[in-house]
Formats: sequence, C-alpha cells, structure tokens
Amino acid sequence: MSGTDHLDAPTGLRDVAVVAFAQSSHTRRTDQLSEVELLMPVLHDVLKQTGLTANRIGFTCSGSSDYLAGRAFSFTMALDGVGAWPPISESHVEMDGAWALYEAWVKLQTGEADTALVYSYGKSSPGSVRDVLTRQLDPYTLAPLWPDSVALAALQARALIDAGHTDERRLAETAVRSRRAATANPHAQLRGSADVEELLRQPYEVEPLRRHDCPPISDGAAAVILAAGDSARALHVNPAWIRGIDHRIEAHQPGVRDLTESPSTRLAATAAGAFDAPFDAAELHAPFTAQEIVLRRALDLGDGVPVNPSGGPLAANPVMAAGLIRIGEAAALIHRGEARRVLAHATSGPCLQQNLVAVLEGAAGTEGGAR
Amino acid sequence: MPPEVLSAPLIVEFPFTRSTGPVLGAFLTGLRERVVLGARGSDGRVLCPPAEYDPVTAEELTELVPLGQLGTVTTWAWNERPRPYQPLDTPFAWVLVRLDGADTALLHALDAPRHAVRTGMRVAIRWADERSGAITDIACFEPAPNAGAPGDSHRAEGSAA
Repeated sequence: MSGTDHLDAPTGLRDVAVVAFAQSSHTRRTDQLSEVELLMPVLHDVLKQTGLTANRIGFTCSGSSDYLAGRAFSFTMALDGVGAWPPISESHVEMDGAWALYEAWVKLQTGEADTALVYSYGKSSPGSVRDVLTRQLDPYTLAPLWPDSVALAALQARALIDAGHTDERRLAETAVRSRRAATANPHAQLRGSADVEELLRQPYEVEPLRRHDCPPISDGAAAVILAAGDSARALHVNPAWIRGIDHRIEAHQPGVRDLTESPSTRLAATAAGAFDAPFDAAELHAPFTAQEIVLRRALDLGDGVPVNPSGGPLAANPVMAAGLIRIGEAAALIHRGEARRVLAHATSGPCLQQNLVAVLEGAAGTEGGAR
Repeated sequence: MPPEVLSAPLIVEFPFTRSTGPVLGAFLTGLRERVVLGARGSDGRVLCPPAEYDPVTAEELTELVPLGQLGTVTTWAWNERPRPYQPLDTPFAWVLVRLDGADTALLHALDAPRHAVRTGMRVAIRWADERSGAITDIACFEPAPNAGAPGDSHRAEGSAA
C-alpha cells in the first residue's frame, strides 16, 4: 500500500481517478439472465480494460436494491460473480452504485487500498418498478397511498410549470435531445425520438408528464475501477481524476420541500468545487425531463454546456446503476479525449431527494492534470 | 425461439409491527378521531405531516398543533388511470395540500373533475367511514363546499374552484 504518497497539498486528499468503465446493453427484460449473469460480462469487461484480476483489487463495493429482487441480501449472490475467495475486502450499499463509488473513494482516501472495483446492477423487469419504488417512501404517511414514481415526478413537474421555469414543449424538447443523442450510444435502450410536435400529441401518463417525459424501464449493470496516484497513471494513459465529490440529502416529505429547487445538489456541487471552473459537459441523473430543469438551475448549467451526451437516464435507466453510469460516462468522455472537465451527478429517492456531485478532470498535457 | 423461463409469483412483504411513537402515534390516533395534528418546528413553522425531528435543525419536536379541515392545493398531477391500492379507483388528482394552520403540505388524492383542479384550489378533507388510525382515514380531499368563504382569505391563492 502506498498510503500517504501523492497527497494533494491544498486539500490533503489523495488523487483518485476513474481508470475504467463498463456497462451492459440495457434492455427492457432479461428474463433468461440472473442478476449474476447480467453482471458478469460487465465485470469481465472492466477488469480486462485495466489488465487487473479480481485478486489484485484492493477494495470492492457494490450498490443494488433488495426490493427489486424481492429477496433479502440479494447482493451476496452477485459476490459470486466477483470471486470472493480467498476473502476480499468488500462492502455494499443499498443505493445507486454512485454511492458505492463514494464509499470506495473514501476507502482509497484512507490509504488502505490503492484500487477499487465498484459495480451496481438493477433488474426491474420481474416486478412493476413504478409500484415497487413506493415501498421506499415513509411507511406511515406516504407508502399506504401508493404514490408511484411517475405521480411524484408529475407533482414536481407541475410545480416547475406553475413557477414559470418550464412548459410541456420544453420538456418534450429535453426528451428529443436526450434520445437523439443516444443514437451514438450502443448501450442505450431508447435511441432516437419522434419530433416534438408528435410527442405533444400523445396522451398524458400522469399529467403534466407524458410517456416521453419518463425514463424507460431497464435491466442493466455497470462497473467502474478507481485507482489512486501512480496506480491510476499505470492503469490508464488519461485517468479521469475525481477533483471533488460530495453528496447531500433533503427532507423526505415532498411537501416540506420546494420541489422547484435542489439545495442538496447546490450544496454538494459547492463542496465538490463544481463552481470553480466551467464544464465541457455534464452527465445528469435526471430520470424525468422536468428534473433536468431543476438540476440545471442548481448547477448553473447554461445552454452552452452539453447535458447527457450519452442520452442520459431518459435513454436507459437501470435502477441502482443509472447514477454510477453518469460517473462512468463522464469519465469515458475524458478517457476518449472528448472533454477535459465534466460534471457527473447521481440522485436517489423521490423528486431528487438526495444528490451526489462529482467533478472529473483529465490531464491538461501534464501528469496529474491542471488544477 | 428464446428458452422457456421458469417463473413463480413472489409477494414481497414487510411482516413487522412497529410502534409509532409520540408524534406520529398522536397524528395517526388523531386521524381516527377526525383531528389533524401538525408539529411545530424549530423555526415556528407548523409541519404536516408532523415530523419527529426538525427537517432543518434535526431538533426533537414535541409541540403538536391542531389544524383545520380545509386546505390549499400547492401542486397537483392528474391521474387518469389509477393503479392498484391507490386511494381512489376512478380518475383523480394527486395533490400536495397545505392545511389551514400548516406551513408544509400533505400528499393525498383529490376527488374532483379534471377541469376544476388547479394550484391554489381550496379543498376539504373527506373522512373515511371506518377509521383505524392510518393516513387512509383521510379517504381523499374534495373541493371545499363554499370556496372563497372567510377563513381562507389569509392564503392569497385560495379562491373559488
């Protein structure tokens, strides 16, 4: 373990980078695959990119939800895919994989590991994810009413329209832009879109949201490898350095919050240093079109910043992996040399209750990157 | 031909009994008696549904305040096709309702025609005939009988539906 080398002098933090990212081709159903079988090709892919084997990974952390599988401790099955013998250093969060990545980042900061494998997966197809997600709500005042995820997002969209921040046409434009961008993403589930006029002729799902305002229901998995300092430089010629990462949460009751604002995103972004310099692109975990409006406002992202060049969660939304995929897609833009500074965001809970912001940067011609 | 996939039904259950504590317990017991209670927050705001801990300061909250049976819609969403277990099986509006005397809003269903529903609308609680100390003791909301009457004038957006 290299522990304390490569400390960033101003912050006392180790330099940690995303050095590999892999994801499945997300689809509506994978009846013939178990969760382990869904995950295995993604794990093989991400390890192959670095040449690492599972026994050379310092720390493994995963994110998934037992509610999708309907089975307690379902993530332990996926550990078979990783290879947990001889015993490995491992952890799991009942959250999107973006939060597993945060835990792995903290682990690397402690100096107890130099590399980490982060993975997450969600197989929504066995149940009705729209109804299953009601089970995450307050069990006394919300869950007994079964307010589904589309209904809650629709309440937020109405509040945004009432406040004059958007309208149904602009929401449709967001859907069209996202799904047309996804035509360049072979992993996306929905690629391409009818035009705005056609979309606005469609019936409402829960007014003011139409089907195009909602994410697809997806089965999918994703994995990322993190590495610190020289390990990162050895594993990738152009590591995507995590310059800042933070997550914050708001009150659970939707009626306590101003649904048109996202103070938790704002706070996380401030702590992550997001406002220190402009971005070349942003990958936002906004499963519903209207939520992109909230996030753009909280993050001061103007029309000049490309949002979700991958297509974003409107093009593929494997629950529990869609946030990690935002970080992976942001890193991939840097790996490919298409961007130097990218914002990645992940969300959890109803109506953007909890938010994570990461700032990723590539090197500007010199080792370690520009600060 | 894809291979045949074996499948079996699985009902996910949460087979635990929980005690609801002094705040939510009082709120739920109140509903059984057709009384809605809010909790006074650290900054004096009245929260409904009540919170055991202040959403901003995390301070423990103990003061409960009785609220009115009328309220104002702060946002809404029209649900043309209700899903299983939802409060009504005919088309309804999901609403956040700020009850008179409260500063935050409660989620519930509103039984009203689509054309009548709007933000700022005045609504009233429709109680369930049989009440058991649950949020579903409020069957739903309905348009306030004499909207615009005295008593809602302190809410600028409250007017006739």
